[in-house]
Amino acid sequence: MVSRLLQTSGLPSFKNGVHPPENKDLTSAIPSRRLPFPAEIVLPLSQHIGRPAQALVKPGDRVERGDVIAEASGYISSFVHATAAGTVKSIEHWPHPAGAMQPSVRIEVDPHSTQLQRPRLVPHWDEVPEEQLSEEISKAGIVGLGGAAFPSHVKLRPPEDQPVDVLMVNGCECEPYLTSDHRTMLERPEHVHQGIRIVLRALGIRRAVIGIESNKPDAIEIMRDTAPGDLDISVQPLEVKYPQGAEKMLIKAVTGREVPSGKLPSAIGALVQNVATTASVALVFETGQPLIERIMTVSGRGIRQPGNWVIPFGTKLSDVIAACGGLNDDAAEIVFGGPMMGQSQASLDVPVLKATGGILVLSNDECKRQDILPCIRCGKCLEACPVFLNPQLMGALARVDRFEEMAENNLGDCMLCGCCSYVCPSNIPLSQLFAMSKIQLSRLQAA
Amino acid sequence: MKAREAKHGTVKITAAPHVRTADSTTRIMWSVVLSLLPVVGASIWIFGPSALLVLVASIAGCLLTERLFGERGNSLADGSAMITGLLLGLCLPAGFPLWMAFLGGVFGIGFGKIVFGGLGQNIFNPALLGRAFLQAAFPVAITTWPVRSADWWALRGDNFALPFMSPGASDAITGATPLGNVKFGDDPVITPLFDLFLGNISGSLGETSALLILLGGIYLAIRGHLNWHIPVSILVSVFAFSGLFYLLGLSPFSPGFMLFSGGLMLGAWYMATDMVTSPVTNSGCWIFGVSIGLLVVIIRIWGGLPEGVMYAILLMNALVPFINRATQPRKFGSASDKSEPAAEKGS
Ligand code: SF4
Ligand code: SF4
Repeated sequence: MVSRLLQTSGLPSFKNGVHPPENKDLTSAIPSRRLPFPAEIVLPLSQHIGRPAQALVKPGDRVERGDVIAEASGYISSFVHATAAGTVKSIEHWPHPAGAMQPSVRIEVDPHSTQLQRPRLVPHWDEVPEEQLSEEISKAGIVGLGGAAFPSHVKLRPPEDQPVDVLMVNGCECEPYLTSDHRTMLERPEHVHQGIRIVLRALGIRRAVIGIESNKPDAIEIMRDTAPGDLDISVQPLEVKYPQGAEKMLIKAVTGREVPSGKLPSAIGALVQNVATTASVALVFETGQPLIERIMTVSGRGIRQPGNWVIPFGTKLSDVIAACGGLNDDAAEIVFGGPMMGQSQASLDVPVLKATGGILVLSNDECKRQDILPCIRCGKCLEACPVFLNPQLMGALARVDRFEEMAENNLGDCMLCGCCSYVCPSNIPLSQLFAMSKIQLSRLQAA
Repeated sequence: MKAREAKHGTVKITAAPHVRTADSTTRIMWSVVLSLLPVVGASIWIFGPSALLVLVASIAGCLLTERLFGERGNSLADGSAMITGLLLGLCLPAGFPLWMAFLGGVFGIGFGKIVFGGLGQNIFNPALLGRAFLQAAFPVAITTWPVRSADWWALRGDNFALPFMSPGASDAITGATPLGNVKFGDDPVITPLFDLFLGNISGSLGETSALLILLGGIYLAIRGHLNWHIPVSILVSVFAFSGLFYLLGLSPFSPGFMLFSGGLMLGAWYMATDMVTSPVTNSGCWIFGVSIGLLVVIIRIWGGLPEGVMYAILLMNALVPFINRATQPRKFGSASDKSEPAAEKGS
């Protein structure tokens, strides 16, 4: 608690939260390089929140890099594009990073292709009407790259009665280890800004704030230096604290306002986009390249050569690991995403997806297994929860299946950020209990 | 419920988060034990082998009971029974019969913890419950306070008295505690504050050195192993209320004397802060601490006992569920805070 006082930087932030070891220096200074195209690409039809895309190709079809292979099947859905030129091998169920098997398009990559995309006429973004902007963004398959993978075009049309007046650009990257957003800002600041400009136009507003944790001073500086003078774009350094990059926490830090429980950020006139998302929006209107690849951080002490890589979606985990020098002997766990919210992988065949910001190979030392003891009511979880829940009480309720009572205690507000589990000295898997309880509750409510 | 964890070759599959603080319940408990070692050392230095014997007896009672009846086979390893034994021993007088100390430990763990379902389930601080039992069962033995003896090796009382025999007349010189002195003495003697602070006084094993308890408590607070809101609020409240009553002429005790005498330091830093039996919210801890402080002052001034810390804490232990319910955190997004947007202040 005293250490908590010492860690306060005076920069804007939110209340509670945790300070896990950052471990970003493993990769933060390594410029991104392109991963060689693999021999096979596997593209699940579901890489986003919403309905899976509808496949448009059949086995035997030749596809070029950037061609549409599946279209959105509804408003909350997204397009999927071929991320390398080759031949469609099959459409079948394949291991998905989220756990289950999912219908996926397997493409055998043409080893002799130059991997150039078909020439495509790019509409000049300044001249197309606003609605068409978000349509182009939808057709480019753009989803939130911060982890949630929510289709971006949906966000760009906030409810009529809740006009957005400020765009918050999320460059916090609060998950330990991950440096892909950091590298994106350093290497492609003009794309980030160009994307911000396009999104601002699509929303019909002029003000944006880029929130960056203060552990990335070089990114703060470069984003300030490259900010265009004709728009109201400011860069706000924020305290280094997890989960600073969660939408509600970012908004709280920047505006001092709390998004009401159960509401979208637009309820207080804000909209959040990740820096990597805006950078990929810029590409759509600059070169016509849809969302087919991104910078991913490959890190952890279980991988031989940590680094930042531009990886085409659909590249299999085994190919990524091989390109990064293979596993160390003490590699224990492979996680897609950050160590706080990422998902453990059970198969080396899973493909990386749009929302995969990082691939962590944790060594035994980094993810020690600890025994679970009874709750000692220390209250540390209450002091950690950024949305002021009572994980101690909810954990006790979850263990006796009292899901409705959990809902009364605002289970719905839980963002599964993992702060409570992180601090619990008894190692109670609180956020895991809450994730399962949410599923149980929705089943109960559906029944 | 165990975290789902399957092993595929060398690969682990666990639920997020995949990293955790190094802090663990086991580590917290053992660091509490560690921080008490100077107090233990001081009590042995002051009271000689008797102190060690009493501590060993109460610890043995606790550990044995936990081992025999504890729910989890390895529950000794978490250190909580060790803490109970140590704390119980520290609130007994040095000349205390060992079989009674042992019995106190058995009662504390058995009825204070195991009947509730073991670690984390109990309502009352097990060490204090054990002590309350001893107070009720053996009121004379527990208030027989030895003083320092010139011969360090001499036993300070009838440590080896056998169960159910009337204790033989003890040779040891007994003396009243500083609190008892003021309250019940024919000729009230005020013990100098400095002696209280350093521990050069008569009393139970752990009542003697406020300084060492303070240091141990501060060490734990810095490591985040105890919630500093509790001791701070208790001490502030005792100081404020006793100061008020002193100024009004209602109390014979000066506030400084109140702070450093009796079991207050041990109670505030080590008994009230027991995580299991204190509130989970910080605002709850303030209420808890201030109420304990007020109760201590009231019992000491007007109660029929020289010391009130034990009953004050036990009483507030019983109210913790209500305090918890009354101090639930406010829902995020329910505040009507209109603070200035940082973006407009900065850059
Ligand atoms: S996982 Fe849920 S309950 Fe736990 S800290 Fe995060 S928001 Fe709070
Ligand atoms: S952090 Fe763990 S042990 Fe502490 S109160 Fe919360 S659930 Fe209980």
